[in-house]
Amino acid sequence: MASKFININLKIWRQKNANAKGSLESYKLDKVSTDSSFLEMLDQLNDQLINEQKESIAFDHDCREGICGMCSLYINGRAHGPETGTTTCQLHMRKFNDGDTIYVEPWRSRAFPIIKDLVVDRSAFDRIQQAGGFVSVNTSGRTMDANAIPIPKADADKAFEAAACIGCGACVATCKNGSAMLFVGAKVSQYALLPQGKVEAKERVVNMVRQMDEEGFGNCTNTGACEIECPKGISLENIARMNREFLFAAAKG
Amino acid sequence: MALTGLFLCTFLVGHLAGNLQLVFSTGEEGKRAFNEYAYFMAHNPAIKLLSYVTYISILFHIVDGFMLTIQNKKARPVGYAYNKPSANSSMASRNMAVLGTLILVFLATHMANFWWKAKVSEDKFPLHVKEISFQQNNEMTGQVQKQTMKLYLTTAGNYVPVDGFIVKNKTELYEAQLNAQKVELKMGEGYKDLHSLVFAFFGHDKTKQGFPINDMALAGLIFYVISMLVLGFHLWHGFSSAFQTLGVNHPAYTPWIKKIGYGFAILVPGLFALIPIVIFITK
Repeated sequence: MASKFININLKIWRQKNANAKGSLESYKLDKVSTDSSFLEMLDQLNDQLINEQKESIAFDHDCREGICGMCSLYINGRAHGPETGTTTCQLHMRKFNDGDTIYVEPWRSRAFPIIKDLVVDRSAFDRIQQAGGFVSVNTSGRTMDANAIPIPKADADKAFEAAACIGCGACVATCKNGSAMLFVGAKVSQYALLPQGKVEAKERVVNMVRQMDEEGFGNCTNTGACEIECPKGISLENIARMNREFLFAAAKG
Repeated sequence: MALTGLFLCTFLVGHLAGNLQLVFSTGEEGKRAFNEYAYFMAHNPAIKLLSYVTYISILFHIVDGFMLTIQNKKARPVGYAYNKPSANSSMASRNMAVLGTLILVFLATHMANFWWKAKVSEDKFPLHVKEISFQQNNEMTGQVQKQTMKLYLTTAGNYVPVDGFIVKNKTELYEAQLNAQKVELKMGEGYKDLHSLVFAFFGHDKTKQGFPINDMALAGLIFYVISMLVLGFHLWHGFSSAFQTLGVNHPAYTPWIKKIGYGFAILVPGLFALIPIVIFITK
């Protein structure tokens, strides 16, 4: 397929630092290859800005193949852009038309404060993980082979699907309540379904939910937006499982 | 939210079952049956207890919903300049607080129009006619005669014959009252005419017994129907959402919970709305 070039208008959130007042700035970018990814388009814009002796736009990125969870961006009103099941780095400019105006905003959440421009601080997720997203298995010396423990295929599959969460924060960004329940639900589920995770299941869910609340995320009202915008297709089932785990943990005291 | 919400769903079913009697109970006998039902609902200790649970549930649902909404608003202090939530969620699911507030407004008018009038404003509320039988000694013959008469209970606590009852003189009326008062102990306090109140509110002029015809009946009807539409949207999301919150989600039965929820959201408010429509049309 032959490459096409499009000219686009961009409205991008610029904010000098966490305390500065930001605003949407307009940019015009010509000759954008439709084969380029959204992040490559931003690279091209930054080149243009640097040539113009202007400050480049800060945005998060790393692997650029949809697996690291580093890229973010709220593009034209949707987390990771108009496509479902993809991260921003997997979004291509062929999804846009010549002359389009594209809005690019950072994740908006009290728990994800802006560091600069489009970069937000997602360390709240790390702290939730630290509160219980682990198993205390001795990994030194004579470690037991994990495959020696029989696990039903269905459970293993579900745990794997939950573990596919890359922690990008799209669920929080898209949720009208800024809730992190899909992320925490996935992280709780990936252990709750496996025998290795059962040992600390009770403390895990209670501690992770407590940390989630402390970080200032909102509450889940089951709109289902997160499930649709999640680039990894994490299911709402994981939120229900977390609720279940939490209810049982709370009931047992 | 989930527990109180689901409990209130069961309340809706009970309330609807009661309301449906308004349409199916026709004539004086039907009216009597409905008012007896209303009396039972207001006096049975178990129902009373259930009604307190309902009040508490409503209050908790409101307060909890209010607090959650505030927390959720705080979770995103700065909104998006361009947001397209319709791409990933339903209108009802995103506006539960607004829908709930509208339902609360409806509830306030609903309680004022029916609950309050029925419960508190007893004086403005003529009582339902009750046919009673009583025994009267015939002084001339010494025989005991069984008689029937139509009476209603006044706010003062006396049975008074309904207009049209043949009362030959004041003494006979007095005796009838006296005897009726003896009967009263068995009869209870009589029934408030909730049936006529409802029919009069929705424009019926067939009800005599001192109910003024409501000139605002059509406005009342439209408001009621719109409120039921709002309730329908609230339930459209709320029913299945409650199960999800309680951790009930499974690929096999969640689609059914959703279908039942959608059915519930259409059927229950739909039938609620149909009742005053039927009453209004048949006026």
